[in-house]
Amino acid sequence: MLSFDQVPPLAAPLRFFVTAPLFIALAGLLAVIDGPAILASRWTPAALAATHLLTVGFMAQVMLGALLQMLPVVVGVVVPRPRLTAALIHIPLTLGALALAAAFLNGNPIWFQGALGLLGLGFGAALIAVHLALWRAPVVSGTVIALRCALGALMVTVGLGLSLGGFFGWGFTLPVVVVTHLHTAWGLVGWTTLLVAGVAYQVVPMFQITPPYPSAFVRGFAPLMAVLLAAWSALAFGGWEMAARLTGAVLALGVALFAVTTLRLLTQRRRKIGDPTLACWRTSMASLLTGALLWLLTPWSQTLARAPQVEWLLGILPIFGFAVAVINGMLYKIVPFLAWFHLQAQLLGRAKVPTMKQLLPDAAIRRQFWVYLAALLLLLAAAVHPPVFTYPAALALGGTGVWLGVNLMGVWWIYRRVLQDGLAVAPVTDNEVMRG
Amino acid sequence: MPANPYWSLAMSIREFLIDDHRHCDDFFAAAEQAVERSDAAGAATAFGQFRAALLRHFAAEEQTLFPAFEARTGMRMGPTQMMRIEHEQMRGLVEVADEALTSGDLEEFLGQAESLLIMMQQHNMKEENVLYPMCDQQLAGEPAVLERLQSELA
Repeated sequence: MLSFDQVPPLAAPLRFFVTAPLFIALAGLLAVIDGPAILASRWTPAALAATHLLTVGFMAQVMLGALLQMLPVVVGVVVPRPRLTAALIHIPLTLGALALAAAFLNGNPIWFQGALGLLGLGFGAALIAVHLALWRAPVVSGTVIALRCALGALMVTVGLGLSLGGFFGWGFTLPVVVVTHLHTAWGLVGWTTLLVAGVAYQVVPMFQITPPYPSAFVRGFAPLMAVLLAAWSALAFGGWEMAARLTGAVLALGVALFAVTTLRLLTQRRRKIGDPTLACWRTSMASLLTGALLWLLTPWSQTLARAPQVEWLLGILPIFGFAVAVINGMLYKIVPFLAWFHLQAQLLGRAKVPTMKQLLPDAAIRRQFWVYLAALLLLLAAAVHPPVFTYPAALALGGTGVWLGVNLMGVWWIYRRVLQDGLAVAPVTDNEVMRG
Repeated sequence: MPANPYWSLAMSIREFLIDDHRHCDDFFAAAEQAVERSDAAGAATAFGQFRAALLRHFAAEEQTLFPAFEARTGMRMGPTQMMRIEHEQMRGLVEVADEALTSGDLEEFLGQAESLLIMMQQHNMKEENVLYPMCDQQLAGEPAVLERLQSELA
């Protein structure tokens, strides 16, 4: 991706990254409007809407945008027609996430049908584009293996999600509770955890300058988890409760092992200077570990299994604690780097290009992260004691989303200004304008 | 992934050059750390070591590894060409960072270092994940290439 002609235009990945934070803010807004009632059960319409604003609107959106951007680097394959591909994924996903949230809130089958069509289109385009690239990978590294498993899991997640949508939209008959459990597990353990793992194998050792992940782990973790997940699904679906419980325990241990391995590598980092995104990684992995241990213990303890709070903790820890934190941190590396890179390539020798730290100062990252952390802790507190903590949690959730968006938009504004000023200095050829 | 994909006892090109990447990383981290401590002399030493190690690595690849790969595969405009372009970009960035360090603008240096690190590691990922394994495959019958790299980067 570093040879400029092969780099997708900045707008292709950036469109995912600047709209995604709005969905965190919307989830916060929804929680403010609904109040403590939203936490009555994970099955309330508002809870389902807020969950999907976070998972589809924020997580899937950034993960797919970043994946398209990273494939050329990590896998050595260029995604064709980047601008068109990005639009074909981004537009239906954005509208689909909004329509799905609206559908949960108003319960109208027409909305479910619309959301289903849009999400089918967006995820379908993404799956095709990324699959094509992954199967053409010239060398099958541990990361490629993990990404293939993650993509397979996304396919299952979307398939199950669409059939659940069919239940609401067209009245399909299916065992909704079991299918929802499978949908959640494939989305969080399969797609999200395996994708983060595949990316972490690369970015943790390289950007934090740590020892590599153990080579057996890199090759074996993702396929093993995918197989276990499939076995667990079959057992859960078939009603073999004890076998499913045991398989689930092994899955939870696997997730915990990934979190512990990553946390341990981070303590061995040789890059000693302060890096505000390090806190994002640590929070993310600590949340993943806590979530995995809770998931491990819950089926064996009547007290935990019966407590409605535990269901919430098992949602908040992996979604907002693990996924949102690590994505938040990655965005703070990706967006300033891409802006710097595109400025550098277009203005070389004509104007001084601001550094990444001038495009997005560490202080701005740190402040937003504190609000994120407050939101996480308040959400966990709200799960346990809704009357007191729901409103503060909702406000902090909205606040961290808005602030993330403002920080990322700030990079875009500086990019536009510097580019315009720089290009005004010297005559510009058509070719260069088109690349901007 | 296994350190040596071919299960032989000899070191692979990939393994050897990855070690050299990590060696450069260590100097880079030391320079950054010295700057953060406002230790200008220490930073100049470490960054000088980093710069020398990096340029030597580029030179060994451009003069030994890439020509051998190109001769064997006939791919002259493929991955090796892209790596050469990226080496050129990084040489430029190293100079810019070096100027910031020499002029005593440590803030500017840390900003430049951040993007240099990302450029460098993306480049390393491509080499380590794609190009080096291809080199090991293509040059399996030419042990002299690795020996020459080892003597150049000794």
